[in-house]
Amino acid sequence: MSTVFIAFQTNEDTRPIVESILADNPHAVLDEQPAMVKINAEGSLVIKRESIEERIGRDFDLQELQVNLITLSGYLDEDDDQFTLAWKN
Amino acid sequence: MQIDLRTVAIKPLRQTFDHLVERFGDKPASRYQEGSYNIQQESIFHYRPSWDADRVLFDKKRTKIQMKDWYALKDPRQFYYGAYTIARARQQDAAESSFDMIEDRGLAELIPADLKQIALDVLVPMRHVEWGGNMGNSYIAAYGYGTVITQPCLYHAMDHLGVAQYLTRIGLVLDGPEALDAAKEAWMSGATWQPMRRHVENLLVLDDWFEIFVAQNLVLEGLLNPMLYDYLDAEFSANGGTAISMMTRFMGEWSAETAKWIDAQIKVAAAESPENKDQLSAWVTQYRAATLEALAPIAKRAFGDKADDLLAELTSEFNARCAKLGLAV
Repeated sequence: MSTVFIAFQTNEDTRPIVESILADNPHAVLDEQPAMVKINAEGSLVIKRESIEERIGRDFDLQELQVNLITLSGYLDEDDDQFTLAWKN
Repeated sequence: MQIDLRTVAIKPLRQTFDHLVERFGDKPASRYQEGSYNIQQESIFHYRPSWDADRVLFDKKRTKIQMKDWYALKDPRQFYYGAYTIARARQQDAAESSFDMIEDRGLAELIPADLKQIALDVLVPMRHVEWGGNMGNSYIAAYGYGTVITQPCLYHAMDHLGVAQYLTRIGLVLDGPEALDAAKEAWMSGATWQPMRRHVENLLVLDDWFEIFVAQNLVLEGLLNPMLYDYLDAEFSANGGTAISMMTRFMGEWSAETAKWIDAQIKVAAAESPENKDQLSAWVTQYRAATLEALAPIAKRAFGDKADDLLAELTSEFNARCAKLGLAV
């Protein structure tokens, strides 16, 4: 298995996103760095629109992730409801 | 020469304010939490108010509804001043561009005369009902308890003024300033509007702020808004009055958004205790009858023969909504 990761700037907008990623992916590991928060996960990592919306109390478009996104690694599969990173080999 | 850049992580000594640490623990708080939680004034009231000497200035006993933790009544939209004004400014821009387009292209002249008359007779006098909604919600903001519920009520009060302004503009676009005089006249002495005026005035003199919340926000808006902004709007669109639908666009969005907030309040309050549930259910039953009576002549004017069926449908939808919130109605 290989690790996938995604990193965001640390700010008010990304806090609920990071929270929901950690809630949806119990195997994910949080790595807090100066001004950046990186989430590592074995195999795959899923970001769900619904759980972000639940935390921020408004509609959320998964493309809003890009605003604060620093980097990611993994094979990306994105639709309206979820954003999945995985190594599919 | 070689320069090594090194990043140093500085851990903040504290993540947030003490009053939030008490509730959520020492972790970064959202703006909504900062502006809403544990800031209701609870002590050091100095004197009792001369206008209500049995109670303190902010008192939990101004309503029959009782909560162990008043902060349980949180706003799912997480509106604090910034989020609220940004959301409404965006909607205002959209509404403004709809009005501009209608005025530039003269779309109001294309609306069939009978639909235009329905809009003038039904929508424009409704601005006086909205003013009642503003008064009720301002009352809650003034005499209610718990910043998480009084705060959105004040926003809701301002929203009512906004809706009243849009309704006024609809009158101005369709028929000029005379439309407003005609609507005032209909509100003050027209037979169609007297039951509604009586109902709105009855709500103005209630004491219990949660009773106003139920009567105004849940029951009156729960029946009136779908009638106007779903059913009547569909009639307008289907028969060539799309311009009117463009002008009521904000109200449609707004009533769906605020209904979610209102549902969350009622659901939490009803789940708190059987006493709350019984009291809320009793209020809903009482005001549902009064509201339907007030709506009947207006529905008749808007929908003609179909009015009775429509009110029955609205009522059954409303009952289903209340059942979902845990009320026995």
